[in-house]
Amino acid sequence: MVKYTIKRLLWMIPVLLGILFIVFTLSHFMPGDPVINRLGTSYTQEQYDAMEHELGLDQPFLKQFWDYLVGVVTKFDLGTSYKSYRSVNTMVLERLGTTLKLGILSSIVTIVISMPLGIISARHQYQPLDYSVTTVSLIFASVPSFWLAMMMMLLFSLKLGWLPSSGIGTWKHYVLPVLAQGLMPLASVTRMTRSSMLEVIRQDYIRTARAKGLKENVVIYRHALKNALIPVITVIGMQMSMIFGGSVVIESIFSMPGLGTLLMTSINSRDYPAIMGIVFVISLSVCVINLLVDLVYAAVDPRIKAQFSSGGGFGWIQALKKYGRKEQKA
Amino acid sequence: MSLLEVKNLSVRFNTVDGNVHAVNDVSFSIEAGESLGLVGETGAGKTTTALSILRLISVPPGEYASGEIFYEGKNVLTMEDEEIRTIRGNMISMIFQDPMTALNPVMRVSDQIAEVIELHEGCSNSEAIKKAGEMLEMVGIPAVRGKEYPHQFSGGMKQRVVIAMALACGSKLLLADEPTTALDVTIQAQILDMIRKLKDDLGTSMLLITHDLGIVAETCDKVAIMYAGEIVEYGTLEHIFHNVQHPYTIGLFNAIPSLDKKVDRLQPIGGLMPDPANLPNGCVFGPRCPYATEQCYSEHPDIKEIEPGHFVRCFIKQGGVDTNG
Repeated sequence: MVKYTIKRLLWMIPVLLGILFIVFTLSHFMPGDPVINRLGTSYTQEQYDAMEHELGLDQPFLKQFWDYLVGVVTKFDLGTSYKSYRSVNTMVLERLGTTLKLGILSSIVTIVISMPLGIISARHQYQPLDYSVTTVSLIFASVPSFWLAMMMMLLFSLKLGWLPSSGIGTWKHYVLPVLAQGLMPLASVTRMTRSSMLEVIRQDYIRTARAKGLKENVVIYRHALKNALIPVITVIGMQMSMIFGGSVVIESIFSMPGLGTLLMTSINSRDYPAIMGIVFVISLSVCVINLLVDLVYAAVDPRIKAQFSSGGGFGWIQALKKYGRKEQKA
Repeated sequence: MSLLEVKNLSVRFNTVDGNVHAVNDVSFSIEAGESLGLVGETGAGKTTTALSILRLISVPPGEYASGEIFYEGKNVLTMEDEEIRTIRGNMISMIFQDPMTALNPVMRVSDQIAEVIELHEGCSNSEAIKKAGEMLEMVGIPAVRGKEYPHQFSGGMKQRVVIAMALACGSKLLLADEPTTALDVTIQAQILDMIRKLKDDLGTSMLLITHDLGIVAETCDKVAIMYAGEIVEYGTLEHIFHNVQHPYTIGLFNAIPSLDKKVDRLQPIGGLMPDPANLPNGCVFGPRCPYATEQCYSEHPDIKEIEPGHFVRCFIKQGGVDTNG
């Protein structure tokens, strides 16, 4: 397993390099000129050339990318903001806390509520309880989070005045953003837990467990749940990535000083180093989540662990190889 | 009092495509130390009958439409959930048909066996694990391999684990649902030897479900032949093998190729088993029966005793028409 983990960590390097290149290229070709953005409306050609040279924008594209890459790899230096002349590292670190807090809280709320709900729903299939859970989760899975955020703001902040509508500070500031960001993943994970449990409780080994004389709760939580977890973990991983990516929207709506709002302002002012730095950090978090998901797979299912330990690569590569062999035989 | 007595059991599955009459009016009994072979083709309702004894049919879609199942005089179908849990795995245990899917893939093998011991014998987890190791040794698997997971075991070994699990608490009645169907012939012989030996050593009663009349002849005291959810013939081994009466049973015996005659083609019973969702009005075997009369198509025969202990569900046999000639 250790070997597998190291292998996966090494695999992250080309992925991150690729992301850096794409982000660098995209921001390079973004319309608008950071030099003009900085100089305002009146400037001379000399001033323009000087500024362009200062920002390094007169260099060829690949040279610019190389300089940036060297900085990131050797010093983990994400550069200096074009706008505020501050280090992007400091800017990101200032804002990271809020985004992490929001993301982690949303993920915890999602996991803690959705899995029991899904299990209850599966155990009472086609009964009123199940129908209400599936209906409500269908609604929340379909409603866009920004709309939900604004509606909740209207109701709880403006009408009822229970919760603040913007900013950070107390725990109350986090309630609405966490709900707005968490309800959609919560609904999806609930639905996935339900369907996965329904599939598992029809399996023969569940009947074997019942035939042993075990109590229904033991059958469900000791025998069924662990088997139902794999697809649920996959969805949780995907939803967590979406939570971190979706922070841009939620933070903007609730005016929270996180990475998402920083990204928005950076894009507006063509602050390339800041954009690249933030996107890089968000991508890094998605990579880490994916790695964690794969490691949790192995912890849950001994068959996957065996595959990993026997020098296996990514799950999907194994699947492709297997499929390919079958094709050849046919 | 019999150890197990099944009286007029009917089980239905109510599905969107109609009601499937899986088991109809089935009655039999098993005395202490006795083995009953339940024989019939796929879909005849054998497994449903066995699962009903442990009340393991999921309701809905299943439904115990009528009948009673008495284990030591107590009706299994009406007792409280708590009471049936003390019977499952402890008094009556079941060897499941498909060893590939009967074991939990994410639990260690010894934990799966220890679980049932811990539950019914009230011992500590470590003692239960130790006893699980002994059970594994008994079925010919080194105890150290208990730490492994089912996917690391071969099919035959998994079947032996399922058997070890069923035997772990010294049940009085063993429901063996085609314990050897999923295995190749050499392993089959080993497993059957083992079951027979354990049965002799521990004095366990057994309900053996199988397609294979040869296994029945070697293992059982009584035989029940099932067809389309009904028992069509029921008697001692002697009755069934030496005085076979029901046309379906005769067909089954004829289908077995003989060793001492040269046979070019097997002799199947013509036709197919009726759809259990749409059973014929008369005798369920009528459409395939070479001796069927008008009465067989219009009336449903009851099962009747034609000699002490030998029951047949057939108008012709009950009326004494000679079909052997």
